[in-house]
Amino acid sequence: MTMPWKLICKKEDLVEGAGVAAIVNGEQVAIFYVPESDNQVFAIGNWDPVGKANVLSRGLVAHLQEQWVVASPLYKQHFVLASGQCLEEDISVPHWLAKLEGGEVFIAVN
Amino acid sequence: MTSTVSFLTTKPHLIVIGNGMVGHHFVEQMIAQGGHEEFNITVFGEEPYLAYDRVHLSEYFTGKGAADLAMTDGSLYNEHGVRYFTNSLVTEIDRAAKQLLLQNGDSLSYEKLVLATGSYPFVPPIPGHNRENTFVYRTLDDLDAIRACAKQVTRGTVVGGGLLGLEAANALKNLGLETSVVEFAPRLMPVQLDEKGGSVLKEMIEGLDVKVYTDTATKEIVDGESAFHRMNFADGSHLETDLILFSAGIRPQDALAHQSGLTVGERGGICVNNHCQTSDEDIYAIGECALWNNRIFGLVAPGYAMAKSAAGHLLAHLLGNAGVTFTGADMSTKLKLLGCDVGSVGDAHAQSQGCKVFVYQDEISQSYRKMVVSEDGKKLLGAVLVGDNSYYDTLLQYYLNAIDLPEQAQALILPAMGDAPVGLGVDALPATASICSCHNVSKQDISDAVCSGALSVGDVKGVTKAATGCGGCAALLKKVVDNELLALGVEVSTDICEHFAYTRQDLYNLVKIGEIKTFNELLKTHGKGHGCEICKPAVGSILASVWNDYVLKKEHISLQDTNDRFLANMQKDGTYSIVPRIPGGEITPDRLIVLGEVAKEYSLYTKITGGQRIDLFGATLPQLPEIWEKLIAAGFETGQAYGKSLRTVKSCVGSTWCRYGVNDSMKMAIDLENRYKGLRSPHKIKFAVSGCTRECAEAQSKDIGVIATEGGWNLYVCGNGGMKPRHGDLFAKDLDDETLVKYIDRVLMFYTKTADRLQRTSVWMDGLEGGLDYLKDVVIHDKLGLCGELEARMQHVVDTFQCEWKTTLEDPEALKTFRQFVNYEGSDNNVVFVEERDQMRPATELEKQQLIAKVG
Ligand SMILES: Cc1cc2nc3c(=O)[nH]c(=O)nc-3n(C[C@H](O)[C@H](O)[C@H](O)COP(=O)(O)OP(=O)(O)OC[C@H]3O[C@@H](n4cnc5c(N)ncnc54)[C@H](O)[C@@H]3O)c2cc1C
Ligand code: SF4
Repeated sequence: MTMPWKLICKKEDLVEGAGVAAIVNGEQVAIFYVPESDNQVFAIGNWDPVGKANVLSRGLVAHLQEQWVVASPLYKQHFVLASGQCLEEDISVPHWLAKLEGGEVFIAVN
Repeated sequence: MTSTVSFLTTKPHLIVIGNGMVGHHFVEQMIAQGGHEEFNITVFGEEPYLAYDRVHLSEYFTGKGAADLAMTDGSLYNEHGVRYFTNSLVTEIDRAAKQLLLQNGDSLSYEKLVLATGSYPFVPPIPGHNRENTFVYRTLDDLDAIRACAKQVTRGTVVGGGLLGLEAANALKNLGLETSVVEFAPRLMPVQLDEKGGSVLKEMIEGLDVKVYTDTATKEIVDGESAFHRMNFADGSHLETDLILFSAGIRPQDALAHQSGLTVGERGGICVNNHCQTSDEDIYAIGECALWNNRIFGLVAPGYAMAKSAAGHLLAHLLGNAGVTFTGADMSTKLKLLGCDVGSVGDAHAQSQGCKVFVYQDEISQSYRKMVVSEDGKKLLGAVLVGDNSYYDTLLQYYLNAIDLPEQAQALILPAMGDAPVGLGVDALPATASICSCHNVSKQDISDAVCSGALSVGDVKGVTKAATGCGGCAALLKKVVDNELLALGVEVSTDICEHFAYTRQDLYNLVKIGEIKTFNELLKTHGKGHGCEICKPAVGSILASVWNDYVLKKEHISLQDTNDRFLANMQKDGTYSIVPRIPGGEITPDRLIVLGEVAKEYSLYTKITGGQRIDLFGATLPQLPEIWEKLIAAGFETGQAYGKSLRTVKSCVGSTWCRYGVNDSMKMAIDLENRYKGLRSPHKIKFAVSGCTRECAEAQSKDIGVIATEGGWNLYVCGNGGMKPRHGDLFAKDLDDETLVKYIDRVLMFYTKTADRLQRTSVWMDGLEGGLDYLKDVVIHDKLGLCGELEARMQHVVDTFQCEWKTTLEDPEALKTFRQFVNYEGSDNNVVFVEERDQMRPATELEKQQLIAKVG
């Protein structure tokens, strides 16, 4: 089966070491560009289930316990970029596979 | 009160005479053990105030008010039904009738009586001792009188060069008088110091411009020629002075004991047993008026111990035992006199049988240390320290706990060479070691407190009261707490996070010395991993305060918290608030109109802040640059409300408008705000400037507070409002404009350089060993030789200031990041406003659901 990759934006639209927000199928997605990571780009939901606002794309990217995470700008919980799992509480946010190819950013949607 | 006071209940009546530190502590002890349920308690105090902290009396001259020194505002007494009467001198005890007589003629009967009448200053009966402009140093009223006199005159002299005399001399010096000390004995502090120690101290004190006359007896005091008094000395010489302060020792206040026939000592003092009972078993005496084993204890810690034993004995039936007994107390002391460290432990005069002595003397840096050890060299019996008290805690613990001395015992008083640790690790202290003698807290008590959940020094203080008496044990307490935490496996790492094994201060130095300009460079050279939300903004702030570079430069963007990244304050719904700078709170009507128009155009909720600015709420990400374009065109600058940096300089209108103003506080506030607006600091900082001592701008609650005086400006530092409010400390008085700015430059830069991440100025200063005095040494006397550098650094920050919003608007790369979505030109549909009191506010969850239901 081939992945249904969807083009989201250009690499120039991303901010190095931080996140931006996009709309994918009517849903808000936070896309992070982390050049030091193997995967380079990550996509998780933009909705912060604790702070109840669309803000995760505006959090600080951190590296904790060998994983890339984002700290929510509202109440500072950490969400793992690769899985959407919250490190402090038993909750998670949606996550999508993402890739950077030929200067363009794609995420896998189904 | 009538002459026949009767109680409705039949509880026995306990009366406490004297409401000083010890009398108050006794009442606290009674209440703590339920004694107020057993007795009707009444307290009489002669002074117009309830108990206050006499130990820190001198701070009354350096900014503290009576309320700051008060040990209770009476609520503790009220809540527990303890009746109290100030201004009430008890004049007689009728032991046969068990009645008291008050000065106002009232009488009152008692079942049990506690005398806590303290002591009074001894004034030598020199002819002329009761002339005008002669004083003693014991009560708040004494200090008021001294202050009033000092305002009129220029020269002051203290008679008595003991502990209190030197403290009083310091006070006179602080009041701006040319100060002399006249001591009868051949050396200063004859009780605590040996001859050599006394002479080193004398040299140090003379170096501070205080004239010291030792071995000098005053024969008489007569009219002076060039000053109010002339003191004629026994050797024929004389000294002219305007004000004389007697501090020639204290005498126990035992008048009531004499009057009522209680046993008193030959040289005064009310004789007590180990329960602090006098010769009448219904009458107790505690504190400085009590004589135990023929000794008077002129310190507060032994007084507290007596209070505890008396309370325990009175409640013995309740507690099922007779409580602790009083069996003497240690009289070791350490203090800072006129800025000189002096310490004395145990047998300072080496009078013990067969003892041996080590002496270390350094005439260059002026210090003197002596250790008295037992004949076999195993135990420490006493010590004298002059010039450097950092050795005190360790020596005291060896002495108090009779710990075996190490092989090379003399190392305990030698200067530290290389990095060999000399101090006694707290590990080595036995569980019974007394850490805080004021509140009698042992190492075990602290360990218990930590085990039951007090995991910080602050918590332990709260639970055990350790370090809340004279405060001398604060540093030791911290070590013990850290050690206990370590033992529990709680990590007390000072590392900033897992990526850097350094404190913020270390990182600051690494950045500066290594000329490091980016986070990645620092991480590569001194860290590991990839950074996190703790170290990134901290390093971002350090880079900004060292290099003052534009924070949204590409390499810095990922370091910024959302507020710093978008140069606005994120609110709960993900929108932002905008605070333009309004220096000193001064704004023209035209600019005010611009703010109104912008707010109206974007439907922003508008509110005046506590810092005299205007906050506009509810802007979305893409609106931020648009709004700022308009604000900047109208001449506004970023207010940096989002950063850890200078927030506002609050001000009153001062002498330009106010009829009380003595100086132009408005202009000063604006100048200060414009000077420091670019500084990135470990935490936010606030200033205020008041035009006179009425203090309408509340400067004493700010990190930097400036108050206009007749002589210039008074500078207060390290106050704050918020969760734990703290008054600023008076740092320097009557400064001219230039010196004021210089001092502020230095204080702020020293703070920025050395504080921990998110450490407010108050906590930072309390954490400096030596606190306020140390800070003064660094900033005013340039103790570290740093002042030049601090000023230059600040000047660099001032010179390179840029309005971050202006720079951002000129930078298309930076503007790009303010898009709501990278692939869609719409807005966040979760941001929903409703109207309340004619303005917009975020909708609640419930309101959102209702609104969506309606639309759908
Ligand atoms: C400037 C200064 C600095 C000091 N520094 C230190 C220090 O660093 N460390 C330290 O341990 N100690 C220090 N002391 C000593 C310490 O303050 C005293 O040991 C302590 O205050 C004694 O408490 P007390 O309650 O026994 O006496 P006091 O505090 O003197 O209280 C006695 C009270 O009883 C009242 N009274 C007396 N007779 C009557 C009566 N008949 N009827 C009603 N009321 C009466 C008095 O007015 C007074 O208010 C210092 C003292 C001074 C003055
Ligand atoms: S502090 Fe003084 S000058 Fe300023 S407003 Fe108040 S009274 Fe006037």
